[in-house]
Amino acid sequence: MAKVLMKGNEAIGEAAIRAGCKNYFAYPITPQSEVAEYLVKRLPEVDGVFLQGESEVAVGYMIFGAAGAGERVMTTSSSPGISLMSEAISYIAAAQCPAVFVNIVRCGPGLGGILPAQGDYFQATKGGGHGDYHLLVLAPDGVQEAVEMTMQAFTLAEKYRGPVMILGDGLIGQMMEPVEFPEDLATAPSNKDDWATNGMSTRKSKKRNLVKSLYLDPTELNAHNLNLKAKYDQMKREEIQFEAYNADADYKVLITSYGTMSRVCRTAIDLLKEEGIEVAMLRPKTLFPFPEKAVFEAATKKSCKSVISIEMSMGQMVEDVERCVKGQRPVEFYGECGGDIPSPEKIIDIIKAMI
Amino acid sequence: MQTEIKFAGFGGQGILLSAKLLAYAAMKQGSFVAWVPSYGPEMRGGTAYCTVVISDKLIGSPIIKNPTHLVAMNRPSLEKFSDTVKPGGIVFINSSLIPVRSNRKDIIELVVPINEIAAAAGSVRAANIVALAAFNAKAKLVDPDLLKDCIKEEFSAKAKIIPLNMKAFDEGVNFADNN
Amino acid sequence: MGKTFSKPAVLSHTMTHYCPGCTHGIVHRLVAEAIDELGIMDRTVGIAPVGCAVLAYNYFNCDFQEAAHGRAPAMATGIKRVRPDLIVFTYQGDGDLASIGMGEIIHAANRGEKFTTIFINNAIYGMTGGQMAPTTLPGQRATTAPTGRNTDQTGMPIKMANLLGGLVTPAYVTRQAVLKPQQINKTKKAIKQAFQYQVENKCFSFVEVISTCPTNWGLTPLASLKWAEENLLPYYELGDVKTPE
Repeated sequence: MAKVLMKGNEAIGEAAIRAGCKNYFAYPITPQSEVAEYLVKRLPEVDGVFLQGESEVAVGYMIFGAAGAGERVMTTSSSPGISLMSEAISYIAAAQCPAVFVNIVRCGPGLGGILPAQGDYFQATKGGGHGDYHLLVLAPDGVQEAVEMTMQAFTLAEKYRGPVMILGDGLIGQMMEPVEFPEDLATAPSNKDDWATNGMSTRKSKKRNLVKSLYLDPTELNAHNLNLKAKYDQMKREEIQFEAYNADADYKVLITSYGTMSRVCRTAIDLLKEEGIEVAMLRPKTLFPFPEKAVFEAATKKSCKSVISIEMSMGQMVEDVERCVKGQRPVEFYGECGGDIPSPEKIIDIIKAMI
Repeated sequence: MQTEIKFAGFGGQGILLSAKLLAYAAMKQGSFVAWVPSYGPEMRGGTAYCTVVISDKLIGSPIIKNPTHLVAMNRPSLEKFSDTVKPGGIVFINSSLIPVRSNRKDIIELVVPINEIAAAAGSVRAANIVALAAFNAKAKLVDPDLLKDCIKEEFSAKAKIIPLNMKAFDEGVNFADNN
Repeated sequence: MGKTFSKPAVLSHTMTHYCPGCTHGIVHRLVAEAIDELGIMDRTVGIAPVGCAVLAYNYFNCDFQEAAHGRAPAMATGIKRVRPDLIVFTYQGDGDLASIGMGEIIHAANRGEKFTTIFINNAIYGMTGGQMAPTTLPGQRATTAPTGRNTDQTGMPIKMANLLGGLVTPAYVTRQAVLKPQQINKTKKAIKQAFQYQVENKCFSFVEVISTCPTNWGLTPLASLKWAEENLLPYYELGDVKTPE
């Protein structure tokens, strides 16, 4: 397929359709409203469902209802909106329904700003809502990956019967880049007759299906939570994705960075290489499950003296990096979170100061 | 080799579209491209800007502090960004609206009265196409015929304005070639 | 002589957890009868609320989803939009629907979502133990209004059927009661009508049912029926508020 030039937000909408998702519920919020503006035109062409809900709270439950009925479904929002949806996300994780949430992150906390940021890392990877659950979190570094990951997200949501989040940011949403769409996904989720409320008349078994999260018996609830944990453990075994950049060199410093920030780091690494300074980067593409072993191994390479996590936050992923490095190397942090993305020149200065 | 072009002006001057057309043509030419808008309240009538990055390899940081070239469509844009342009770059000045110049000796100024040229070609509404054509003629970033094809494609739903924009394009190129 | 009475197929054999004298059981049965009579059990999805009816899914044999507090209408919207062929109903109490879920029910009704809501109004929070509801009468005592509802502080009780009936979008909105056999018969008709409108894909349908809560009212079941008759019905007038015709 030929490359097309698309805005990240629109490309994410198109990717969902090509992944066989014909159902989209959302509430407008900058910087991602273009997804809805794109899909309101595109979904009728595939006999799909578009609905603008009255709030992100309601949209979260529209997603829950539709996912519970066994249909592929997606919503997109940005940070404050994701906070409002987090209640529903907890229920969806507990009730084990596949659904895709896209967070085009903007600056926080509170109303914050509308420019790109990475301040929702904790919310995305550590839960966000109440109770013991995780989202599988994919972090694209540009429009092409946003497309690929959105399509993957549906497969993963169905494999694990749970919510999957794309953690982008305002730049990825607003930027146009050339994209090449992968093969379309098959349309029907495979195993929904076993659990979805898709109507007894539409399935072979006459057993009724129940989508719920209430377990009043402590033994039953503990068993339920162990089931969920087993899924998160399986994700850790099977779904970790990362990119190692300039990792073959004898680097002195290892950068950990993801998403938009990692692109700036990549440019900084290239420029430093021209000056004869070797720096590598470990870029997690899945933020949960986190590439624990890869970070440890990259950090403890003999040439590597120290690690720095560079983020558009006040220091969030760095906590996971510290955990993985296990004290074997010093772990430093640099971050900005006001909407300005640190420049390659700034990163170069920081790295030089470390050496 | 990487070239970065900042387009800046009032909302409504066609900044985002001109930038997109350039990025689209560069993509068709086989380059890696990124189109990075400013977004937010400034979209509502204030100064808007947009950066196009064209590269022969995968684009790392799309955030550009010092662009190769600047296309300034209004005075605040010129005053705000002319000092950020890398030495040797082109600073395009829309002289229909901007009475001042950049005061830099290490860049190439391209001063074009785009409104007057567009009006002569048929309508001032094609001023952004005059600017894009003249700038590209000077900077030689993409094949002009390819860029014209991209403009035709963009306006394919409004076919009757294509001849106007083609004329405006040619006049823009002529002006740049002769000045 | 043939069999003259049997349990609707959609009602399960489970013993309910409802208190003695509670009218939830009656309304469950009326819903079940309507579903059976319309022959829609194998394409019906119920949505349980948070409140006393949180375990309603144990008492029905059809597909069920369980909502968070107040969000059942949004979930019903999600299901109905992606599967318009399913019959979807929410079963909600007054704390769930008229307090925390006010936004969801108003907007679902206003969009004309083609699902059915059964709204149990007993003027109190039941499950959490007798707190004041938006439907609690002026002066009525509740654990969070120990000297009786003070309307200067909390406003007047919300008449949900009238509120929803005031929307311009066509709908079937009715208020019924289950305090006497005649009322139960009328409620049955209304519930069946509500589902019928959904089967015809006609409109949003809403049946408010004036009910009792002997436990949290601190009355015997019989005294509760009398109290409701004398106090709730004068404020919450029975009858259709709106029909789609």
